[in-house]
Amino acid sequence: MEVWALQLFNGLSLSSILLLTALGLALSFGLMNVINLAHGEFIMVGAYTTYALQQVASHYTGDPQAGVTFLIAIPASFITAAAAGYLVENTVIRFLYRRPLDTLLATWGVGLFLQQLARSIFGAPNVQVVAPAWLSSTVSITSGLLLPMKRIFIIGLVLACLGGLYWYMYRSNEGRRMRGVMQNREMAASLGVSTRRVDSFTFALGSGLAGVAGCALTLIGPIGPSLGTFYIVDAFIVVILGGLGQIPGTIMAALIIGILNTLFEFGTTAVVGKVLVFAMVILFLQWKPAGLMRARGR
Amino acid sequence: MSVLSLPKAFGSFRFLSLSLLVSLGILLTVACGSEAPPAPPAAQQAPVAPGTVAESAPAAPVAEESDTIKVGILHSLSGTMSISETAVHDAELLAIEEINAAGGVMGKQLEVVIEDGASDWPTFAEKARKLLQEDEVAVVFGGWTSASRKAMLPVFEANNGLLFYPVQYEGLETSPNIFYTGATTNQQIVPAVEYLLEEGKTKFYLLGSDYVFPRTSNLIINKQLQAAGLEAVGEEYTPLGHTEYSTVIAKISSAEPDVVFNTLNGDSNVAFFKQLKDAGITAEDLPTISVSVAEEEITGIGADNITDHLVAWNYFQTTDTLENAKFVAAFQAKYGEHRVTDDPIEAGYFGVYLWKAAVEKAGSIDVAAVKEAAKGISFAAPGGAVTIHDTNQHVSKTVRIGKVRSDGQIDEIWNSGAPVAPDPYLDTYDWASGLRELAQAQ
Repeated sequence: MEVWALQLFNGLSLSSILLLTALGLALSFGLMNVINLAHGEFIMVGAYTTYALQQVASHYTGDPQAGVTFLIAIPASFITAAAAGYLVENTVIRFLYRRPLDTLLATWGVGLFLQQLARSIFGAPNVQVVAPAWLSSTVSITSGLLLPMKRIFIIGLVLACLGGLYWYMYRSNEGRRMRGVMQNREMAASLGVSTRRVDSFTFALGSGLAGVAGCALTLIGPIGPSLGTFYIVDAFIVVILGGLGQIPGTIMAALIIGILNTLFEFGTTAVVGKVLVFAMVILFLQWKPAGLMRARGR
Repeated sequence: MSVLSLPKAFGSFRFLSLSLLVSLGILLTVACGSEAPPAPPAAQQAPVAPGTVAESAPAAPVAEESDTIKVGILHSLSGTMSISETAVHDAELLAIEEINAAGGVMGKQLEVVIEDGASDWPTFAEKARKLLQEDEVAVVFGGWTSASRKAMLPVFEANNGLLFYPVQYEGLETSPNIFYTGATTNQQIVPAVEYLLEEGKTKFYLLGSDYVFPRTSNLIINKQLQAAGLEAVGEEYTPLGHTEYSTVIAKISSAEPDVVFNTLNGDSNVAFFKQLKDAGITAEDLPTISVSVAEEEITGIGADNITDHLVAWNYFQTTDTLENAKFVAAFQAKYGEHRVTDDPIEAGYFGVYLWKAAVEKAGSIDVAAVKEAAKGISFAAPGGAVTIHDTNQHVSKTVRIGKVRSDGQIDEIWNSGAPVAPDPYLDTYDWASGLRELAQAQ
């Protein structure tokens, strides 16, 4: 019984990680149709920001575990990755909006560039971020059911990101303009919305969310120059299964893939579990090509 | 057919299928660890003379008559494997500089040609060919993954070159053109299992990355356990680069083993040990023994996440020999106080010295002569004496088991006492009969 409860939690946890890594991609790929292979590298930028911040903090305070540092690292990762995204959008992506397939090659190149840049700055070996003490505990539900605090924290962080994104898209003027441009670019432009500005901001926002994911992933995964490559494929699958441009679809897809993957993996092996999930996604897309949720055609 | 609001140009299905195909493609490339190589810095492609190396070298020396000898270093300096291989490259370079400073080999300075394998196996083969045919190097020090070695092997055999390969591997190979300075299975895995059995462990859980080294290792461990009348309580493989271990950890917990034999490779180790600790499982509850986690990897995992777990190697930075004190001091003086040394780094380092000794004994850099002279040659390596085997071109070395300290260094808790002779096909072990065939069938 406890094992199943734990597996359910593990499934939710995997879903939250998938969603966190996919949320930014749901904007750059889902809404803007940029096949953004550099998304993983924006995750890496977030992770290294957290690392750099901790290095600086421990240099000045002498305490590598300074608990507040990690909380500051979340917005810092967002800002750094968003700035990197803004830069990439303005120097590369903006020239390619009419040629989505070219964005694939361009962002692939940007990704490789960022990886090698990280290698030059921080060195090739993995680095370590010390998790604050309050995150390194477990919450015991029953005697046999221990839930890692870090994973509960990540679930909370995802909910916060979703809340923030919802507020931005549906409650702020910027967000309204963004939805307007994504729905009908020409009409929005003729009504005086600067589509150029909206594009830059949307891409930066997506990159920023990737940065937050990177910050959170330092808690549970490796931190190295190629860290983005471990997450990028799953992020694409989640966005595609959810339906392009559909944030609720992305959420549903993350939940389904996370829980099914954990279940399959428990029943079979990690490799077979992953294959089964891939197979199911492919079959589903044969049946419903637009994904779980689709934009209404017009 | 539904058309998305934004891109009028394409039907969503074609777009989605294409994207999915692309994603799958990336997954495959990432899984094989062969991400497309970024261009290495120009300085690494040209023959370089770093620091004091061969400063007096003429621009284009001819192999035999010149007063320098060309040697190649071929490791991944970019891509995923650069995490591990860069440090070995550093150690080999250090050895070459030391040799040059001490007067070179047979009075000739060594001139290094550095190539980048870029974590891509065909690139390894191509660069090996370039080193042998264009640069005509006397020897190449390089490789890390078994895949890169297997890719280079036919090139070295066809061109009659010499390769010194510095990493512990799965055994079952003896190429006439390769010297194996890392451990084969009977110098690492087999004694580690023997040690655990002596410690009274009976319930082994085998966890590894899904490729040739862990699968072959576990094949051997399973046979060894069988011979002891035991059976592994679980065996699990995860793809290379896997980062989600909560389910695997739940499975391990429910199998209730008393030790986990860990053959995970690369970044997965970081995720596994972090998540094991998060699940509230300490080394006291469930010890693990790793064969691919050394000091360099511990830095990335975070020492506090792996404290008190076990590792099996032939060398630790803490190994107490005069040679090691000198080696660690020289390595840190050249590359920085924060740098650590570990087993493959040491094997890369002493490989250069073994080659030097063989060349000086042979009085020539001719491959056949060097191979003949290499038989039985010894060197006082940082990890203790190493001797090249008479027939199989592996080296005998001391086996060590250690416990990770909270500062990331490793305390030796057991060693084999004397160097163990290499036995890549495990011919001297009764229980291993038929292993050759089994491994080939796999």
